[in-house]
Amino acid sequence: MSNHKGLNFTLKVWRQKNAAAKGEFKEYPVTNVSPDSSFLEMLDIMNEDLLHKGEDPVYFDHDCREGICGMCSLFINGRPHGPGEEITVCQLHMREFNSQDGGVITIEPWRAAAFPVIKDLVVDRTAFDRIQQAGGYVSINTGGIPDANAIPIPKEIADKAMDAATCIGCGACVAACKNASAMLFVSAKVSQFSLLPQGQAEKSRRVLAMVNQMDEEGFGACTNTGACEAECPKGVSLENIARMNRDYFGAALSTEH
Amino acid sequence: MSWVKQTLNSTLGQKVIMSLTGLFLVTFLIVHLIGNLQILKADGGDAFNVYAAFMSTNGLIHAVSYGMYAAIIAHVVYAITLTLRNKKARPVSYAVQDAKANSSWASRSMMLLGSMILVFLVLHLVHFWAKYKMGWIAYDFKMVTIEGVQYRDIASLVIETFKDPIAVGIYVLGLIGLGFHLNHGFQSAFQTLGLNHKSYNNFIKGFGAIFSIVMAVLYAVMPLYVFFS
Repeated sequence: MSNHKGLNFTLKVWRQKNAAAKGEFKEYPVTNVSPDSSFLEMLDIMNEDLLHKGEDPVYFDHDCREGICGMCSLFINGRPHGPGEEITVCQLHMREFNSQDGGVITIEPWRAAAFPVIKDLVVDRTAFDRIQQAGGYVSINTGGIPDANAIPIPKEIADKAMDAATCIGCGACVAACKNASAMLFVSAKVSQFSLLPQGQAEKSRRVLAMVNQMDEEGFGACTNTGACEAECPKGVSLENIARMNRDYFGAALSTEH
Repeated sequence: MSWVKQTLNSTLGQKVIMSLTGLFLVTFLIVHLIGNLQILKADGGDAFNVYAAFMSTNGLIHAVSYGMYAAIIAHVVYAITLTLRNKKARPVSYAVQDAKANSSWASRSMMLLGSMILVFLVLHLVHFWAKYKMGWIAYDFKMVTIEGVQYRDIASLVIETFKDPIAVGIYVLGLIGLGFHLNHGFQSAFQTLGLNHKSYNNFIKGFGAIFSIVMAVLYAVMPLYVFFS
């Protein structure tokens, strides 16, 4: 345990009963928070207080709490996953926050037409699932583990495919983008296959279907501000968006699909 | 042809139209600037008058100019279409947003910067193009004789126009907008076309940054030079 003194904050939290209700901000004080506690642990403490008082706890998404599941999705003090680079909310610690002057922390849900609020800070991200279902897969049965080097893939290409595959689908790119664009997510899901031999058979069909679904879900267009890349907890690169664009125009112009 | 429609109506297709029209307009900026700088020659505006006559009578330039009008209109129409689409994608905005932590001001303000350029452009067309090339606004040009050929004296119209501080102010504002717009737009156009590679990314960004400053400054030289001389 740390010897640090507990920190005090005032949380300004978005409360919304259901998708149809009109939401509002409510303030909750939290006291004596360990600087070493994670942001989600701090919210757990706040919710326990609320339960003891007989109030409805604040709903928020979370699961693995080790930065790999992509469930946590809070817009904290104006940034997705709060301050810090390449982390999710569960990897964010309270020592990153200034507890001076009341230590106000504003917590909002992801804001996008394609991510409607379900309750409080929980948004519906099934739009991402539908984009994946539109083409983010390889149809053939890949069978067991192949012999090493049976399918030659240069190391650099394998690395790039792996980098794209690190996308956890949290939606921080959409949340950060001024246009609520899902380009970084979709491009990562397109790239992880289009870079590899196994993804070639359905390359054209995949990118056309996924971009089409992305547009249908009502995500915005890309202005190349780079906000998505800067806020991505996995550091997924804008290079993927350029690759998706190349694949898309190649597919749109060709007849092989 | 439904796939053409589908492609051009997609977010990616609309961005490519922005990218290609934007890059085409960049080539126009370079040509126009070379002509403009003729006014700086201390020859009583002769070189400028000859250049202006060439630009408004040459057949090839005439043909290309229609492509340019189409590019400007497409760039504006698609900018509005995309902006509306993007606004619709986020109907509820954030109460607190720390946008400067993850992106540049210019990249987030392309519509504002583009609007500044458009205001300038309309004024600019009214000042010269509508009078000299199209004849939509009646203006009694003086005639000058250069090497035995009669020319309309647009150089004196330029000087007359740039003695008005309000006009010069709007021009300079528009050109500042142009500089920031190009700074983001130039490199953004390549990214949209899928041209992103670590071997040339820095060159495109660096070239775009220098190009945007050079364009804004050299274009601003003309009204400022006339105003202060």
